[in-house]
Amino acid sequence: MERWWQRFLIRLGVFVTMAVICLPGLWVVMTAFRDNVEVMARPPVWIPAQWTLDNFRSLLGFSATQQGIPVARYFVNSIVISVTSTVLAVLIGMMGGYAFARYRFRFKKSAFLWLMLSRTVPGISLSLPVFIIWSRIGLIDTHIGVILVYLALNIPFTIWLIDGFFRQIPLSLSEAAQVDGCTRWQAFWKIEFPLAKSGIASAGIFAFLTSWNEFALSSQLTRTTASKTLPVGLMDFTAQFTVDWTGMCAMAVIIIVPALVLTFIVQKHLIAGLTFGGVKG
Amino acid sequence: MAEVRLEKLVKNYGAVGVVHGIDLTIAHNEFVVLVGPSGCGKSTTLRMIAGLEEITGGTISIGGRVVNELPPRARNISMVFQNYALYPHMTVKENLGFSLTIAKQKPAEIEKRVAEAAEILGLTPLLARTPAELSGGQRQRVAMGRAIVRHPDVFLFDEPLSNLDAKLRGQMRVEIKKLHQKVKTTIVYVTHDQVEAMTLADRIVIMRDGHIEQVGTPGDVFERPVNLFVASFIGSPPMNQIDAFAASDQGRRVAVLADGTRLALPAPAAARVSDGQALVVGFRAEAFSPMGHGLSGDAEIATVERDVILAEPLGTETLIFTEFGGKEVQGKMMNPRPVRPGERFSFNLDLSRLHVFDKASGRSVLA
Repeated sequence: MERWWQRFLIRLGVFVTMAVICLPGLWVVMTAFRDNVEVMARPPVWIPAQWTLDNFRSLLGFSATQQGIPVARYFVNSIVISVTSTVLAVLIGMMGGYAFARYRFRFKKSAFLWLMLSRTVPGISLSLPVFIIWSRIGLIDTHIGVILVYLALNIPFTIWLIDGFFRQIPLSLSEAAQVDGCTRWQAFWKIEFPLAKSGIASAGIFAFLTSWNEFALSSQLTRTTASKTLPVGLMDFTAQFTVDWTGMCAMAVIIIVPALVLTFIVQKHLIAGLTFGGVKG
Repeated sequence: MAEVRLEKLVKNYGAVGVVHGIDLTIAHNEFVVLVGPSGCGKSTTLRMIAGLEEITGGTISIGGRVVNELPPRARNISMVFQNYALYPHMTVKENLGFSLTIAKQKPAEIEKRVAEAAEILGLTPLLARTPAELSGGQRQRVAMGRAIVRHPDVFLFDEPLSNLDAKLRGQMRVEIKKLHQKVKTTIVYVTHDQVEAMTLADRIVIMRDGHIEQVGTPGDVFERPVNLFVASFIGSPPMNQIDAFAASDQGRRVAVLADGTRLALPAPAAARVSDGQALVVGFRAEAFSPMGHGLSGDAEIATVERDVILAEPLGTETLIFTEFGGKEVQGKMMNPRPVRPGERFSFNLDLSRLHVFDKASGRSVLA
């Protein structure tokens, strides 16, 4: 049995940890609903005295006094780039993961090793070569240019994660399905895919969040509203001498919300251990 | 009619041969058990019949049709896997009906056949559960049910009982045998357990190192093993084997053991050995009993005095370990009484049940 003070210490630890993680986020959210005056106030005002939607109004261009930032364009860019790169990364990850988990082929080990090694290279270190190549072939400031880079970032990860999930599914399940009348393709979609769904969903959410939040590379590869993503758009709020903190925070909220919603939708499917019981352990 | 015929069947993994050209014909509705130590190629053979393993050479035909190139789904077979391979995301009912759903049967027909199979196997109360909610024996029965709903030409069992505990294994063995009596179908069953093989099979196929050593009824392989391997593999405890050489003694052919004991060889074997030939003499524990505890008086008997090394009481009988011909051997004491180590008995050896093998080749001289 835990004693009361042990439980207290554990909860205190959890509280402090969560506070460290959550407070900045909470601060961002509150600032998004604050008056600009409060931001600079000393001593700091914790809870906004007056909650306001002005920041969102001016951000979206409904305000008479301030010029809007093309948030809608950035949002569309972000969606197009993130969704496309996620869907492709998951599809390729599924194919690659399945192949690594199920088939034997030449150079399998070294191919897998190279995929994993590619993860050890910090993406930003590639920004200059990528920038030079992209500018030569005209991919700067295009959706496809950013998507390609994100695919390169995400695919090794999705292959690795999905491979692990397929590996956990006993081969005999697919064999049983084939004996039961399935083609290998049917066996995959009716048996192996549903069982690996949680893994594929995890890979998807990770890939999406990586693409959705990525800043460093896209800030180099995008120039205009044609391809700028939301995180890059945040920089629009910094001028030479001033930073529009409330506007920036309002936009941050707009960036956070879809990611949060998506995570909540997908987390249902992140239940591991679904394969239990099908075969003798 | 679903006769399964293997002709010159070969399987190689790269340079490594696993099955070396075996021939076997399994008759319609016959229950054949492939048995052998691990790595003997029995599972590989079964998987080749199923179509889960490509064959390197030879032909497999089912019901007169060569199936070498057919995928598993086109062979009209069912298979029960060692680890059951139930679909964890489906209920028992969906598991049972899966093959029919894939074959696009009418829902009413699926319902009927699933109910039928569930009834046969006593699964009716479990239909709504998922595999995770079942015990080992229940999972085993679902796996069997999934196999029978299809009304396949051939059932394939790949060590289906090896994951169960001893008691459950005994029960399921009986259920499988009953199943075969109810659902008359050709069955090919793989196991490494010779007791399963003996109890279930119409015919036993004993394999070693990718070759078939012997094919026969359980009685055949038990009474007339063709070589030392079969003799030691089939039967529990394994057959006692003692080195000897052949000699003639007063016109009779005898086997001379290391300790000088002379055993008269049974007539058919005696005619096929020559003096000086190195032999291995084998006899089962049943043929070696303390006087008054087993063998009837009219058998042709040799009697030896021996000390007990160890006794293993089994209830209806006691296994007695003693030394004979330079080897430790086991005898069987029927109607047992308590036995102490070191106790001296007169053991009767039934000479008509001696097995005689050529030492050099390991083959029975009668084979």
